[in-house]
Amino acid sequence: MRTIIRLLAGLATTAALLFPAHAADKYITVASTTSTEQSGLFGHLLPKFTAKTGIEVRVIAQGTGQALKTGRQGDADVLFVHDPVAEKKFVEEGYGVGRREVMYNDFVVVGPKSDPAGVKGAKSTAEALKRIADAQAGFASRGDKSGTHAAELRHWKAAGVDVAAASGSWYRETGSGMGPTLNTAAAMEAYSLTDRGTWLNFKNRKNLEIVFEGDPSLFNQYGVILVNPDKHAHVKKDMGQTFMNWLTSAEGQQTIADYKINGEQLFFPNYKPGS
Amino acid sequence: MNDFSDAFATALSLILNLDQDLAEIVLLSLRVSLTAVLVAAVIGLPLGAALALFRFPGRSAAIVIVNALMGLPPVVVGLVVYLLLSRSGPLGPLGLLFSPAAMIIAQAVLVTPIVAALTRQVVEDLWAEYEEQLRSLGATPARAIGTLLWDGRFSLVTAVLAGFGRASAEVGAVMIVGGNIAHVTRVMTTTIALEVSKGDLALALGLGIILIALSLAVNGAASLIRETARRYQGALA
Repeated sequence: MRTIIRLLAGLATTAALLFPAHAADKYITVASTTSTEQSGLFGHLLPKFTAKTGIEVRVIAQGTGQALKTGRQGDADVLFVHDPVAEKKFVEEGYGVGRREVMYNDFVVVGPKSDPAGVKGAKSTAEALKRIADAQAGFASRGDKSGTHAAELRHWKAAGVDVAAASGSWYRETGSGMGPTLNTAAAMEAYSLTDRGTWLNFKNRKNLEIVFEGDPSLFNQYGVILVNPDKHAHVKKDMGQTFMNWLTSAEGQQTIADYKINGEQLFFPNYKPGS
Repeated sequence: MNDFSDAFATALSLILNLDQDLAEIVLLSLRVSLTAVLVAAVIGLPLGAALALFRFPGRSAAIVIVNALMGLPPVVVGLVVYLLLSRSGPLGPLGLLFSPAAMIIAQAVLVTPIVAALTRQVVEDLWAEYEEQLRSLGATPARAIGTLLWDGRFSLVTAVLAGFGRASAEVGAVMIVGGNIAHVTRVMTTTIALEVSKGDLALALGLGIILIALSLAVNGAASLIRETARRYQGALA
């Protein structure tokens, strides 16, 4: 094992020599979620930040669960994720500092236009999901411990449905990102819970449309956290903090609000000092 | 069927417009995979030849292992390299995770067994053919390595190309250790995976067509070089 590690170290050094890291380049690594990347928000937001500060932002799009793990390992400087419960735990355990709430968007329930479970008339999210379960209509779940998956499971719990028992029958866990899950739902004519941003930017809709939206419980809060420099000394504390400050500044918040697809605003800035 | 014609149209327009992002992604793909194959060849060719020529205890087991490692799952290699290069891992201080260097390491690990295993077969066959002759000239197995590798060079090109095919086609390892960061570690295969995620199937398939064309070009070039060299050699003889 020792020889292998030594061999790999040699290999790594060779590779490092072949591809010198651009020492002059100022960049931070941000572990974020597939929803922010695939909705196109970062493509709109980051060039403005880089133009202002000269700091390049390298985004790794993962599910929130995986992004938190990446932060725990010290492989990112900043996390930009959406699972407040898990985020607070992350900070309490000492892995992150300075968490701020940045913005929210909302989840929507999508499903086949024919709406076999009759979700369209539902009064609440819980009722909508209950109808899907009662009809045993197909439902495509992320099943990947992402922020969206965590939110979906909370809604099922509120609806009093035991999805674990239905897994593999009408309840399908794809174990993949939002886009692939929507691809699956479109192919199976199944229902799914998605963030609005990914949905608006998603092209392979086939026969799917939004069947339920607007319930306050579908609110989806995003936060940023600096990976704790006391745990991982190499974390680019100052540049990471600059990024977080900018996101929560008047300018950053306005830039978030300005991002629209087909005239529709996707993310709603809601930073409150002290949050 | 529309998907396929859309994909061809997309591929064609991307190529004809010399799409800037596409060029960057293609160049990075080539840089990563060709470097990985180079590293794998430097390690795998002598290793394969040594396995073919030396007799030592456990040799058959070693051969079985190298052959089996040809089937290393990319996603597992990616995970292991990730854990080694992670800031919390043994090689963390190098800070190589989420860089092209990390992708090269992962692909080199994937490709080396392929080159070594195929080389072993080629050299062993050559040795069976020329052993008496070489021994009569006073060559020991150790001294025969260079001769046999040179003699088998045309067949060994195929071994290296098989390695390149593996490297350029895999997505599991580079996705994990590279992170698919735009303009930094985004290569052909991870871009295709991303476009599938966005539901842009025509663009994804169009990129796939370009990737296959690229693989054809590399293999075509290798074949051309091989044929030219062979003819040149024939003319000399």
